[in-house]
This record gives sequence, C-alpha cells and structure tokens, in this order.
Amino acid sequence: MKLDLATVEHVAALARLGLTPEEMERMREQLSSVLDHISMLEEVDTNDIPPTAQVIELQSVMREDAVEPSLPRELVLLNAPRHEDGYIVVKAVFDQL
Amino acid sequence: MTHIGATTEMVVPVDLSLAEARRLLDKRELSAVELAEAHIARIEQVEPVVQAFITPMFEQAREMAAAADETIAAGEARPMTGIPVGLKDIFCTVDAPTTAASKILAGYRSPYDGTVVERLRADKAVFVGKLNTDEFAMGSSTENSAFFTTRNPWDPTRVPGGSSGGSAAAVAAGQAIATLGSDTGGSIRQPAGFCGVVGLKPTYGRVSRFGLIAFASSLDQIGPFTRSVEDCAMILGAIAGHDPRDSTSAPLPVPDYAAGLTGSVRGMRIGIAREFSAVEGMEPGVQAACEAAYETFAKLGATLVPVELPYSKYALPTYYITAPAEASANLARYDGVKYGLSSEAETLLETYLRTRGEGFGPEVKRRIMLGTYSLASGYYDAYYVKAQKVRTLIKRDFDRAFEQVDVILAPTSPTVAFPIGARTDDPLQMYLADIFTIPANMAGLPGIAIPCGFSDGLPVSLQIIGRAFDEATVLRAAHAYEQASGWHTYRPDIARLVAR
Repeated sequence: MKLDLATVEHVAALARLGLTPEEMERMREQLSSVLDHISMLEEVDTNDIPPTAQVIELQSVMREDAVEPSLPRELVLLNAPRHEDGYIVVKAVFDQL
Repeated sequence: MTHIGATTEMVVPVDLSLAEARRLLDKRELSAVELAEAHIARIEQVEPVVQAFITPMFEQAREMAAAADETIAAGEARPMTGIPVGLKDIFCTVDAPTTAASKILAGYRSPYDGTVVERLRADKAVFVGKLNTDEFAMGSSTENSAFFTTRNPWDPTRVPGGSSGGSAAAVAAGQAIATLGSDTGGSIRQPAGFCGVVGLKPTYGRVSRFGLIAFASSLDQIGPFTRSVEDCAMILGAIAGHDPRDSTSAPLPVPDYAAGLTGSVRGMRIGIAREFSAVEGMEPGVQAACEAAYETFAKLGATLVPVELPYSKYALPTYYITAPAEASANLARYDGVKYGLSSEAETLLETYLRTRGEGFGPEVKRRIMLGTYSLASGYYDAYYVKAQKVRTLIKRDFDRAFEQVDVILAPTSPTVAFPIGARTDDPLQMYLADIFTIPANMAGLPGIAIPCGFSDGLPVSLQIIGRAFDEATVLRAAHAYEQASGWHTYRPDIARLVAR
C-alpha cells in the first residue's frame, strides 16, 4: 500500500511540519514501507484484550497542592526568541477587531 | 584488541574501572584532579577519530574534580565522588548546552538540572561532557545526529550503535569511567553491545526522568554505561529511586545493588526463548557467541529452561506505532516560541511550519509523521489502540515466562556493529537492529547488555532480561557470567585507533 499525496499533506499539516515537495514524496515512500511492516499486527487476534495504558502498577499519583517557587522568570526568558516586559512575544493570531 | 591486566603493573587512570578508581581515590593514591586530567587527555587524544562529544566540559570537570578532592579529604566520599562521568546530550544541565543533537534546540540553555544530573552533582561526580546521540534519541547508529556521526572505537569505519552511541563509545575509548544514556527501544543496550561495554536499561519507573528530554513517555528510561557489572551496580545505586517530580517513578526502596553481586548463579533458573534465536539476518558469529554464553551459565550451576515468547515478534511493529505516536505529541513543544530555533515568518502558523521544517532532521520528521498518522482520526483504533492491545499480549508472555524463570537470556542485537552508511537509506533495516531489545521496553522490564565474545574482531553482546524492579537478579547473573568469562577485560587498541 502506498500512501497518497493528499494524506501525507494532511498529516504534515496536522503535525505543523513544513515539508518541501521532495520531502513529501520521500515521506510517501518511506512511511508506506514502515506501515507495510506494521500491518503484520492485523494477524494478531486482540478480541477481548485490554489495551496497555502503562506497564507498572502506579495509579492516580497525587501530591499536595502546595505553593512552591517556580523557575526564575529571567532565566527562562533567556531562551525565548522574542520577549518583552517579562512576556514571550508571538505574532497575533486574531485579525484586528 | 588489548587485554587489561595482562601487561602492566602501573596504574593507567583511563583503564580503571569505577570500583578500582573508587578504591584508589579513597586511599588517596590517586586524586580526582589527576583522574579528571587523565580523561581530558584521553578525550583530546581520541576525539578527532571517535567524535563522541557534542560539548566537552573540561573547565567544569576541573572545578568539579577539585571540589571532589575536598570532599574525599573530608572523609565524605560517596560511590560517585570524583568519578569522570559523561552525559548523553539529552539530559538537561545548567552548566552546558543541551541540544538533543538537534538543530531545533540551537542556543538552548536549560534553566534546571535533571534529577539524575542533580543527584550525581550532589555526590560530587565529575562531568566531562555531553555526548552525541541520534537526534532526540531516534535512531540506532548516531547517524541521525544533526552534528556528526560517532565512530566505533573497535573499528572507526563502523557505527557505535544508537541512539546513545556517544555514551557507549566514550566508555569503550576510555573517555569517561561511566556515562548515562536513555533507552526507549534499545538505545542503551544496542550501543553498549556494539561498543563492547556494559549497558543497563532499568525497569520503567526505576530512575526519575525529570530533566530527560522526552521521546516516548511510556517507554523512556535512563541507565548507565560502564566497563563492568560492578560499576553498573554502583552508578545505578546513585541514580535510582523515587522522585516526586516524575510521577511515573516508582516509590520503591532501592537495594544495595553492589552488595548483591555474589558471583554465583547456582540454582538460578534461566529462560532461553526460541524467538530470540532464529531470526532472519542473524549473524552466525553472534549466534555462536550467545549460545556459548548460555552454556557457561549452565556450567556455573544455573538451570536452562526453554520459555516461549510467541508475541515478541510483534514487539517491533508495536513499537513503531507506540513510540512515534508519543513522540509526535512530545515534540509538539518545539514551536519556535519559547526556546530554541525560531524561523522568521509572517504569521504564527508559518513560524511553526518553518521552524519545525527547518529544525528537525529527516528521521525525526518521519517519526512525527508516522505518529501523527497513527493517532489521526480514522486510524487511531486500527493503529494506536491495536498496538496497545498487542502490547498487553507481549507483556503477558513475559509474565508467564517469569513464573518459571528468574531471568531470560537473549542476544542484544542480531549483528555486530554495521558499517557507517550501510543502513541510512532504508529506515526499516535500521529499525531491525533493535529487534531483540525492544520487547523489554514494551513490557517495561530491566535488561542489561554485557560483552560475550567477538565475531570478526567486533564485540558480541549478551542481553539478560529480568522481572520488573528486579535489577538485583539481573546484575547478579551478569556479574557471575562476567567474572567467569572475562570478556569485559578486552579493550579496543587506542594506539592503533589514533594512528589511522
């Protein structure tokens, strides 16, 4: 089975991944071969088998809702590509009202 | 190759095991500064060939070593005090860049240390540098590093394995006494095997992952690389244990692993699974060395028991749904907004698309695509849910086997280290390098890789898989075999390596 280009484009859009046309084409080939390998799971009868959510027996880990210091803002902002007055700057996402 | 202990009486600091170094440091016959300087000199000597380090930390190492000497002088040394340690560059550190071998983390400086880093720092270990890996730990050879490919110290035309290839190569080449890596689908055990060193993936939940850059959260686990099983037990003791900052870390006591190494497997029941032998592409030299190792266990007084793991052949396809799905979610955070690479664009959406398109390498993109596909509406049940059901069957196989046996033996990989470039054009061939290591990840079990011989001059590795949270038995079995076989005493020929 080979994935069609529209599916690859749709998945890339969902993943917010900007791919070149060449990358899209290569992705069709390579994903198809991996998906073919994965399709061997179809032969496994999984009726009545519960899915694994986790492998160790820890459940609903809770902690005190205590106030603790968080990371220093200035240290975190050192990594931000654009920041102003202690805030991270991004492009506006709404059209002007 | 050279055989340690056969030729020289003089102490060569870069050939010491962790346990030997500990003894010499504590007796004040060797200082932490001398030990650090010897490793720095070795790194400078071999690094042009091996290329294990993304960021050397020589300045920090010298300061940490001086501080360690003070701690030792004060009589407050702990097992890792003064020991030169390398870190896979996927552990967050405040005093060196953290790159995950990706362009997308360009310029990133972590504002915090990961828990294992914090624990080793508190014990006054000496960090010599951050080590190469496949980008975001996705790969089996370090060829997916955005920076360079690490070379195998046994044969620099071959890969060191991966993803923690830098961590494995550094220990093999004497650049660090111990290193840390992470194992999501074989990424500690496979490179340890390719480089002829000891590598342990502890049980899922045994070691805190706070400050480990996330790849696949239901699988990722941190573990050590060392030159002997005793060393592995020592460093595991230093990093294991519950951490409130990682809610998947288990609130269980940590045994004294080093004290549990009795040297005996007498009476131990050891499983051998048919599913871990006759696979396509298995090299005869690997098969022969592993079978000889099984016989050694029998000679040491263990009972070999055939076990069946019929669903283990589905572990690889199950992994290639589960891991990419989780990765696609975890890697959503690299958006060019908060840290790392940020590509200029007109709109926020364009910023996302461009940053991620330019910042991620081909394998990471493939996995994000695969994961997004298998989680997408219309495919979720057929892929992701199906894989989690098969995962249950894989785990049940092991549960049944461990009713009869204490540990299971298997080859670590079906082949020895392959030539650089041999598998880069075919992702599926690359994935098959992890066929024997992935089942333990899917079931969350501990597994150790230890040297068990050579095939065409390259190391072959034996894997020992144990019950959940029973690293103690895994280490005991590994140690008894190691002491009986002596394969861990062979080292690559460094003079020949650097003369090329």
